[in-house]
Amino acid sequence: MATQEQQSAIKSAKVLMVGAGGIGCELLKTLALSGFEDIHIIDMDTIEVSNLNRQFLFRRSHVGQSKAKVARDAVLRFRPHINIKSHHANVKNPEFDAEFFKQFDVVLNGLDNLDARRHVNRLCLAADIPLVESGTTGFLGQVTVHVKGKTECYECQTKPAPKTYPVCTITSTPTKFVHCIVWAKELLFAKLFGDKNQDNDLNVRSNNPANLSKEREDVFERAEDEDIEQYGRKIYDHVFGSNIEAALANEETWKNRRRPRPIYSKDVLPESLTQQNGITQNCSVTDGDSMVSVMPSLGLKNPQELWGLTQNSLVFIEALKLFFAKRKKEIGHLTFDKDDQLAVEFVTAAANIRAESFGIPLHSLFEAKGIAGNIVHAVATTNAIIAGLIVIEAIKVLKKDANKYRMTYCLEHPSRKMLLMPVEPFEPNPSCYVCSKTPLVLEINTQKSKLRDLVDRIVKAKLGMNLPLIMHGASLLYEVGDDLDDIMVANYNANLEKSLSELPSPIVNGSILTVEDLQQELSCKINVKHREEFDEEKEPEGMVLSGWTQSPATNGDNASTSNNENAIDVTESSSVAETPTKKRRHSETQPESHKKETENVESEDDDLMEIENPMMVSKKKKRVE
Amino acid sequence: MDGEELTEQETALYDRQIRVWGPNGQRRLTKSHIFVSGIKGTVAEFCKNIVLAGVGSVTLMDDGLVNEDTLNANFLIPPDDNAYMGKTVAEVCSDSLKEFNPMVLVSVAKGDLSTLGAEFFEKFDVVVIGYSSRATKKAVNEKWRKLSKQVAFYTVDCRNSCAEIFVDLQNYKYTKKTLEETLEYELHFPSFHEAITIPWKLIPRRTSKLYFAMRVIEVFEETEGRKPGECSLLDLARVLEISKKLFMANSVSESNILDSVLERLITDTTEFPPACAIVGGILAQVLSRFLFAFNLLLMGNLVIFTREILVSQEVIKAISRKGEPLKNFFYFDAQDGKGMIEDIANYSK
Repeated sequence: MATQEQQSAIKSAKVLMVGAGGIGCELLKTLALSGFEDIHIIDMDTIEVSNLNRQFLFRRSHVGQSKAKVARDAVLRFRPHINIKSHHANVKNPEFDAEFFKQFDVVLNGLDNLDARRHVNRLCLAADIPLVESGTTGFLGQVTVHVKGKTECYECQTKPAPKTYPVCTITSTPTKFVHCIVWAKELLFAKLFGDKNQDNDLNVRSNNPANLSKEREDVFERAEDEDIEQYGRKIYDHVFGSNIEAALANEETWKNRRRPRPIYSKDVLPESLTQQNGITQNCSVTDGDSMVSVMPSLGLKNPQELWGLTQNSLVFIEALKLFFAKRKKEIGHLTFDKDDQLAVEFVTAAANIRAESFGIPLHSLFEAKGIAGNIVHAVATTNAIIAGLIVIEAIKVLKKDANKYRMTYCLEHPSRKMLLMPVEPFEPNPSCYVCSKTPLVLEINTQKSKLRDLVDRIVKAKLGMNLPLIMHGASLLYEVGDDLDDIMVANYNANLEKSLSELPSPIVNGSILTVEDLQQELSCKINVKHREEFDEEKEPEGMVLSGWTQSPATNGDNASTSNNENAIDVTESSSVAETPTKKRRHSETQPESHKKETENVESEDDDLMEIENPMMVSKKKKRVE
Repeated sequence: MDGEELTEQETALYDRQIRVWGPNGQRRLTKSHIFVSGIKGTVAEFCKNIVLAGVGSVTLMDDGLVNEDTLNANFLIPPDDNAYMGKTVAEVCSDSLKEFNPMVLVSVAKGDLSTLGAEFFEKFDVVVIGYSSRATKKAVNEKWRKLSKQVAFYTVDCRNSCAEIFVDLQNYKYTKKTLEETLEYELHFPSFHEAITIPWKLIPRRTSKLYFAMRVIEVFEETEGRKPGECSLLDLARVLEISKKLFMANSVSESNILDSVLERLITDTTEFPPACAIVGGILAQVLSRFLFAFNLLLMGNLVIFTREILVSQEVIKAISRKGEPLKNFFYFDAQDGKGMIEDIANYSK
């Protein structure tokens, strides 16, 4: 049990939990059992069936309800006299500003995505409230402590960005199943069922622009009276047949590559499906659109079973028909959702047919769903362990036991006899753009890139800002907010479409931009460097942001170099599309003069590097003493 | 491979964990039968974890009546004395566990652990003994070792913020496959009695202090006729005396290195809830990894301990991916935050 001292720290503490999912359920239970009496929970999600194997506060009857609320009610059943407040809301909402955060003694994260973690990190820094951060994947997990000025912040090391693929690999030369999934989900599905106004690279890029005739684009338009099956077959033949054929015409592409095989519906499917089984008429439609499925009517039961080309083709056509028959209203604004059964079926089938064409091994619906939905596997035990470790760190934070803070790794295989490995936290990175005020460097083509590209690809995607504001000198180029008048909005929208050098206050080589997010209370400077060319394969964004990644190794042994390559980010169902088994390169050992070993450091050894996992410990960091 | 496929309902419910251990791993879990005795915080956490994971059945034994004390760290007991009055801990916990996962059969067994016959354990794949005296652990372990069917045996104890897990898989064989060859390994697990009576001189110096501290506490409780966990700071002098004697008997000199940890272990024996979550999680994890390998061996009509063992591809995958089973002690202390595996056996024999 806790000591007297711990007990009083616990009793008087007010804590904020962000996330009531896998880690959150375990955390709320352990907090309540440990004697915490004042807890707020924020979670925007509702309960789903696939949560029930580990989010033990939820039952089947709760599916569809707010996680935060149900978790609260469940814990109050065994600890009725404590105060739990639930917020069924997005932590990024403006009501959760720095002022809101200031009422708490510590913030505990049990989140599932990088974006929200970064946002909470910034608010904790702005409010000067300690943060205990956590993540799990499979049997692995970690807990870290972030206290402003004492330990590194969550963003002192850059986190692995979601994997992106060069456009041409997806559109023309896939070599892995994941490429086919991205094509099926981001291009084909989006083209057929998503927003028609979005740019879409679905059609093969041809060297001859004349090939891209008007007619080809119109293939995707369905005439009012066009038979759905005929339409489906037309799409099928276009994307798997004639498109492949067109690509094959470009001999240069296939010199060192395996040539794909065009597939036409008539070679795979019988003349007419409707006469055979009339699927669309008697399909199993239950309540809720997400339950619409073609599998039962096609006699496909096991999601782990591999479908052949014919089965995939049937699923493709039938799923497409079903979208038009039962979900017509949604067409035009659908986006892929892993919990949308019909969408998963369609994407699985389309990806498999494409894989067949390119000689790539096919995958089951279960596997395809995992890849398409970026599903990170999760088990209850790891979440329970991690939640216990979070509470232990939270108590230290409340007692301000700074020299006892630890970050702890939960390992799959023991390293130096340890399954739970505590290591001392790292010092803040002096070149972190979030918790220090170090400027960033942006290489960009100032003549070609538009302000919109800068906002989307850098300010939002890389810097994780929610409500950004961009200034160049005294001139305000862009901002987002509710209180803007129409003239300003029109002005900013016009700016978005201009190249950087054409802006009212032109951004050129050597310009210094100020980028701010008022909600996150984060401001940073960006030094702009003009650059003409970018490598399409390696730098698909057409711009490169750097600065906080490599801090210069300055004078003597006190220089704290921090390295980002081995940033650890294990998440429960994260949005990071990285296979957890992938081995990541780890950096060279830091020069002796920079290494500071303390008694506890023995734990951080090379054994850890052998784990086939994203969990890597960088050696290039300095510990808090 | 082994019989029925997972149902649609199972696949949907267990989706995220099937992505960790595969459909075969899940099938193996659903065919495992677990016996658990002594349900306090850590064991309650363990039970929650295995019920959620979807084992075949869990049989609970704890005839203690529910009262204020049993509520500590045990979230399976709602604090409503109208609901639990006159009921045993096992009965109340069983009701709560059933709700977590209707697909798992949770039941209560009555009786006294130390007088149960060996045949009782025949129907289980795993036996977990929580918070028992040295004599009871030893007696059950010995009975279990004589069974024709081999099951896994675990004990778990958590006091204050420290915990010990003991594992006995007897002679456990497993294979690891490299690209060229299949290597066969055999692990010999000492019995509980053997593991706690190894001369201390033979135990490596850097072994967790908790191993020794737990042995001292066991001797104290046995000689003073105390129930497990029944002690207070008033007993410190007596406990330190026993510690000194044990060090002397073992011809090991640094007799006071245990003093501070012993003091913590006897001043307050109630469990620290975060430690329960952690140790209950580790025990469930250790057990599920064991099951993936073990059940498959039994299912192929192979006797696990014969020489000429033929192991299917599945087992190899399960074992080589999950590594060796934990051998044979695990220690956790919330104070330093380390979770250590200690292999304590008499290797000189």
